[in-house]
Amino acid sequence: MRFYRLLLHLYPRAFRSEYGEEMCSDFAERLRRASGPLARMALILEAPFDVLPNAMGVHWDLLRQDLRHMSRSHARAPGLAVTAILVTALGIGANTAVFSITDQVLLRPLPFPDSERLVKLWQHEPGYTRMELSPPNYLDWKRMSSSFEAMAAYYDFSMNLVGQGDPVRVETAVVEADLFRILAVPPMMGRTLVAGDEGVAPPAPRGSRTPGAIVIGYGLWQGLFGGSTDVLGRTVRLDDRASTIVGVMPPDFHFPDPSTELWTALEFTPDESFEDRRNKLLQVVAKRRPGVSIDEARAEMAVVTEGLERAYPEENEKTRATVISLRDEISVQARLLLAALFGASICVLLIACANLAHLLLGRGIERRKELTVRTALGAGRERLVRQLLTESLTLAVLGGVAGLFLASLLLPLLGQLAPATLPVARETMLDPRVLAFAALVTTLTGVGFGVLPAIRSSGGFEVEGFREGGREGVGGRRQRLRSALVVGEVAISVALLIASGLLIRALLHIQAIDPGFQTSDVLAVQTPLSTARYEKTERRAELYGRVLSEARSLPGVRSAAFTSFLPMVVQGGIWEVSIPGLSDAQDVPPTASLRFVTSDFFTTLGIPLRSGRDVRESDTFETPLVSVVSESFARRYWPDRDPIGQRFGFGLAERTVVGVVGDIRVRDLEKTSEPQVYLPHRQVQDRWLLGYAPKELVLRLEPGIDRAPILAAVRKVIHEADPELPLSEVRTLEDVVDGQTAPRLIQARLVSAFASLSILLSGVGIYGLLSFAVSRRRAEIGLRMAFGARSSDILKMVLREAALLAVLGCSLGVTLGHAAARALEAILAGVGAGDAITYALTATVALAMTLAGSLVPALRAVRFDPVQCIRAE
Amino acid sequence: MVHDPADIDALLPLPEATFHILLALADSDRHGYAIIQDVSDRTSGEVTLGAGTLYRSIQRMLEQGLIVETRDRPAPELDDERRRYYRITPFGAAVAGAESRRLARLVRLARARGFSPKTA
Repeated sequence: MRFYRLLLHLYPRAFRSEYGEEMCSDFAERLRRASGPLARMALILEAPFDVLPNAMGVHWDLLRQDLRHMSRSHARAPGLAVTAILVTALGIGANTAVFSITDQVLLRPLPFPDSERLVKLWQHEPGYTRMELSPPNYLDWKRMSSSFEAMAAYYDFSMNLVGQGDPVRVETAVVEADLFRILAVPPMMGRTLVAGDEGVAPPAPRGSRTPGAIVIGYGLWQGLFGGSTDVLGRTVRLDDRASTIVGVMPPDFHFPDPSTELWTALEFTPDESFEDRRNKLLQVVAKRRPGVSIDEARAEMAVVTEGLERAYPEENEKTRATVISLRDEISVQARLLLAALFGASICVLLIACANLAHLLLGRGIERRKELTVRTALGAGRERLVRQLLTESLTLAVLGGVAGLFLASLLLPLLGQLAPATLPVARETMLDPRVLAFAALVTTLTGVGFGVLPAIRSSGGFEVEGFREGGREGVGGRRQRLRSALVVGEVAISVALLIASGLLIRALLHIQAIDPGFQTSDVLAVQTPLSTARYEKTERRAELYGRVLSEARSLPGVRSAAFTSFLPMVVQGGIWEVSIPGLSDAQDVPPTASLRFVTSDFFTTLGIPLRSGRDVRESDTFETPLVSVVSESFARRYWPDRDPIGQRFGFGLAERTVVGVVGDIRVRDLEKTSEPQVYLPHRQVQDRWLLGYAPKELVLRLEPGIDRAPILAAVRKVIHEADPELPLSEVRTLEDVVDGQTAPRLIQARLVSAFASLSILLSGVGIYGLLSFAVSRRRAEIGLRMAFGARSSDILKMVLREAALLAVLGCSLGVTLGHAAARALEAILAGVGAGDAITYALTATVALAMTLAGSLVPALRAVRFDPVQCIRAE
Repeated sequence: MVHDPADIDALLPLPEATFHILLALADSDRHGYAIIQDVSDRTSGEVTLGAGTLYRSIQRMLEQGLIVETRDRPAPELDDERRRYYRITPFGAAVAGAESRRLARLVRLARARGFSPKTA
């Protein structure tokens, strides 16, 4: 019987208390009359099949009843329902959208089997925690360590692919075949790379012309080969080498990042650049053996690297290994940025819930009589709570559906916040995980804003509800709860305002940073030289000379030059500087960024020449090797001497300083960069440093001139100089610099939108609370006026209440906001967590919001007619 | 007592359990277990109402006004004090009548097409 009683708990309580006893005695009677143990057993087995569907049916009947009731009552006054749906839609939409990106970037496992065992390895050296590995160090690490099941090296490279029609530029990963074994993602078609496919990849496998294997990505397969199934075995030219397509990867395979579309094999050629322990170019991914923790792997790598430091004390000085989980390959800033957004969206939802709780509390009081009648008619409290919760949940579900629609509008914007360093797609979508989250948030929201009002409205008014004057005093319990909700709302919105204010200030601060070069009217065009055809320095010089002389004579072009990389686009290319007599005990590593340039580069970018001269076309490999250095370079190494004429070792040779130019920000706007060294493009040996061969054509244009005809003319000039040279990545330097702050801009906009929304909702909250309080106190106000209180007294009385709430909320909010700001400090770009301007502005906005919210109710109170107020009693 | 035909039609066709309960209450007031027994006896055990089905139907029938809970108790020696007794209302009787007419019409239609109950 106990079993049967337990089963009956599936029914709503009201039903159980009505029929439970009888059902039990019926069941007992049947058991008693059953003909034998088998028949009894059959009865017991049958019972769940009788109870379960019927219990669900009873629930369903109640739900339909409540929904009918609800739709009738909301049809009479749709304002509340519409407001509630809108507010929940905003809250749930914001949360769902932000969750989808947070989930993709921070939470869900990477799309590789056993992804928790995947790690990334970096060299840790003075000044750099994550430096690429040199090939010999990599090979030693691999040989000497036992924590890893497999280890594979790779690097990114852009290559020209000629397969179908015009040459295209393809982001390529040059990888060891083992990489595919580590990632363990099977190809969609064909095979992945295997040992023995080596021998085709740059840099410069001299003499090798054997067709090598390449694997292409889904996007390239669809885009360039139209998804054709006979693509396997097709021969294409990759940077002028014949290569054979052996496999196609599935659409969700992105490694090392979503821009990569082609994988070719990495070869360790016995050449200088692959034997040099200072040539740091390899990224390394490895899979820990099962049972080996990341700390054990770190400990082992520490021993390995100490051994290598002893063996190569000069090149590996203080060089250790950084071992981090592949999942954590994301910057602190990106993490904080998402955390801040997620926090802000949750705040909006909390405020939305508080506000809706308000509305429902208010409505619950209006409905007291209805609910009292129902109680008198025998509806239990549980039944009323159920009805009210059904109502709030239904509103939340409707809001949730609208919220999903809103989220789908926000997603493309948020997708841009996914850091480019993660091997996951940049598009986010409403997949089952996100939908499950939305469902959870919707339920929590429905219960969250419904439960308090439901409990409050359903309890304890058997008698009181009938008394017309049955109201709370100002400090009554209900009123206190509502006041607490308003204080909470104000506090959260003030905290959000502070956060968004600081983020905006940080953004403005960064936008105001001088990058060291002029961004306006500079156009950059990438001309990806094929490394095979342009491996000779003089061959390149010919091309530059021809293109530049024609480009410079184009109308509207003031100057033109070639450079290795655009600032902020390529942040690497950092080399060690050696200076005779320089002490080793430096607190900053002696490094500088290396760029080869043609003459006029500094004029084109507006980088000021401080002393000496520009590089010249006459600076060739036969003339003394020279360089132009940045001010910080000169200051660091020759603080009290004229830098012109000084000598230093850099970029595989000894160079003499002939000019000093202004500093620029090479890495990004927010970080001071290493000092810069510019080398004449002709002063490099054939086939050396091919990755640095200038391929960015930069053009300074007449201000405000139409770019399209100039670009067309430049295209023609380049095509005439080399018909096989593709033109990719046309952009202005303004785009480049603006791109630096794009994620911040999106984040600041979103957080500000969330903050505006929440402050607006708080204003509505204050308005709602005071309107309610004022109307409940009509009689009291009427009496006061009858006894001679002036309008200004009444106004003061109402405003005082609002001010009290605002002050309480603000002080709580400032404390919260300051704590949030401290947590965000790493992305505030130097704006202090206690930034006075932000706090002052926030206080002003909060005050204005309070005033706006309380003015209408206060004025209404002033206009009460005392006689009518008292008569209404 | 005249009932609005529209009220009656809105309830048709009746769920099988509801119809059986109305039939069981046609001749006397009964409590739940007696209804189960009556249905089972009349159908020679072919229809056995589970308690779950019975009380869900009763709850709905009370709301629809097909039956009422009666305060008249049977003779003390027959009364089971723990139990509640249900009685068919005039409206319930009208609905049961309408349902049986509906079923009869259906059977006539089937016969006209050559489906004899004996061969079915």
